[in-house]
Amino acid sequence: MKSLEDLKKVREQARQMTGLRGDQEQTKIIVGMGTCGIAAGARETMKAILDELNKRNLTEVTITQTGCLGLCEQEPIVEVEVPGEPRIIYGKISAEKARQIVSKHLVNNNIIGEWVIGRK
Amino acid sequence: MTIYRSHVLVCGGTPCVLKGARTLKDLLLKEIERYQLSDEIRVVETGCLGPCDDGPVLIVYPEGAMYSKLKPTDILKIVEHHLLKGRIVEELVFRERKSSAGALQGSAVPLEQEKYLSLQKRVVLRNCGRINPDSIDEYIANNGYLALGQAVTTLTSDQVVKIVADSKLQGRGGAGFPTGLKWSFTAKTTSDQKYIICNADEGEPGTFKDRLIMEGDPHGIIEGMAIAGYAVGASQGIIYIRGEYGLSIERMKNAIKQATDYGLLGKKILGTEFNFEIDVRSGAGAYVCGEETALIESLEGNRGEPRVKPPFPGIAGLWGKPTIVNNVETLANIAPIILNGPEWFRSIGTENCPGTKVFTMLGDINNQGLVEVPMGITLREIVYEVGGGIPGGRGFKMAQTGGTSGGCLPSEFLDMPMDYDTLSKVGSALGSGAMLIIDDTHCIVDVLKSFMKFFCHESCGKCTPCREGTTRLYEIVLALSEGTATDTEIQLLKELSGAMQLSALCGLGQSAPNSLLTCLNFFADEFQAHLNGQCPSGICKNLTIESEAV
Repeated sequence: MKSLEDLKKVREQARQMTGLRGDQEQTKIIVGMGTCGIAAGARETMKAILDELNKRNLTEVTITQTGCLGLCEQEPIVEVEVPGEPRIIYGKISAEKARQIVSKHLVNNNIIGEWVIGRK
Repeated sequence: MTIYRSHVLVCGGTPCVLKGARTLKDLLLKEIERYQLSDEIRVVETGCLGPCDDGPVLIVYPEGAMYSKLKPTDILKIVEHHLLKGRIVEELVFRERKSSAGALQGSAVPLEQEKYLSLQKRVVLRNCGRINPDSIDEYIANNGYLALGQAVTTLTSDQVVKIVADSKLQGRGGAGFPTGLKWSFTAKTTSDQKYIICNADEGEPGTFKDRLIMEGDPHGIIEGMAIAGYAVGASQGIIYIRGEYGLSIERMKNAIKQATDYGLLGKKILGTEFNFEIDVRSGAGAYVCGEETALIESLEGNRGEPRVKPPFPGIAGLWGKPTIVNNVETLANIAPIILNGPEWFRSIGTENCPGTKVFTMLGDINNQGLVEVPMGITLREIVYEVGGGIPGGRGFKMAQTGGTSGGCLPSEFLDMPMDYDTLSKVGSALGSGAMLIIDDTHCIVDVLKSFMKFFCHESCGKCTPCREGTTRLYEIVLALSEGTATDTEIQLLKELSGAMQLSALCGLGQSAPNSLLTCLNFFADEFQAHLNGQCPSGICKNLTIESEAV
């Protein structure tokens, strides 16, 4: 490191590693991980989302899981919550559909209407 | 770089490691592997999270859920329920033991955990339990070394000294001397070599804050030392760590190496003309070496005995050169002050004693461990809110603040603000921040006996008031506990204590009688009872228990 600018560059890179532990509000993806969700393939959905985030280097997104919503037949359920906007709930999200949610909803901010089963 | 959906931070502070945190971490990794979650979840060993008595502790992000008192079977539950299925394992979440209330509905973090944390203000411990102390990148991510960078590239040395002076930061080792003033003395001297010494010889019984700061955020101390070096014109730093602190020494050495590799220590730091290097030296277990001049003697290879002051180390210290000796916690405050400005720092705590204080809570208190609170918080808030009260609902008898060399405060002082000024007015001291809580089942004389024995053992023997005084104090307190003391000896205790405070060479002898004097003052009845052959608490063996009828 030879200058203050070098230090700031290292900081920007390093921040991507610890952003998860910060307090700032981030876009959230919530995957239903009840027994029904797992049976319907929610683990594959989750892995696909994580893989897609990694490929696109989207570090500002938090992924968490939740239990059964009571709509077992709609599993795997994926919820997307962008700060300041209503939460969008998608149903029957396979790994392939999950990738599209990342590219269309998160990156381009286009909600995929036909998969939406609810808003909060 | 890989994105993980969850980070599990396992406390790697000494108390948790001793309780088996490393074994749990290995099990955690194995379980994560078994569920094929290794690509999704990152496990990091971090510094102290605070509730040491409830260790081993870990915290799961992004939820920020803290789990305590973990056993191997708990790890299996956390992996299966929380990490795999996303359900927080409520019964394992850290909470105050006295409370039985459930979790706050709709919040990921249960109410009690929030209360424990909300009274705290983390400046010194900003990274403790949030980053991996062995990773300089994680420190930099949290604005680490930015203060040093800004100081050496945009500020003059005088400006740095002025910022620290304006912040009114006081030394956190015990005496509370204004740090800016200390720096200004050394900055004004001219010398071919000046030194910055970080005093990490934490010997005060009951104090373990410096250890956990070093283990949790070693780079914070390095940055503080480098800024101090820039401010006063020193190019060499030395960290004097107690020999018993193996993990602190290891982490500090690793951090120094990383900083040197990054060019944040060494020659021409960040392209400027500023050079600074740091060495680690370990102590050999003498309490007196926490005194700055005894520490310097020890560094020079001599017996650890204090020097006669003046000259103060700021003018003539190590090898006769101008030397700054600052405590670990003091130095850990420097970088945030430079980054956020002195006004920000003064907005925390009280007007005369701004900032925060790290306390180590121990004794008869539910949440034993490490906390950081704003200066001026009351004793009651520390004991009953942050500390979670006294076990078994027993009564509060007294708190000894500032470690064994501090004074004892009875319940009348529960609403007194904890800061340097207020405590010194009542004959106690904030000192190093040890907070020993004693409940009403203990006998004052019995407690004092162990305090006095400690000083008797640790006196270095250089000056007569301390060498002879500590021994005599112990003898008289011992006689009290055996029922053989007389009124004249109580008088002698007071006289001797006064003489020691006035004439002992260093802080050890001067502060040894503090606990005794405050107790003589606040618990006079109990001393009188012992003179009459009675021990109201029934602790002292040769004495009778006072009956209610008498």
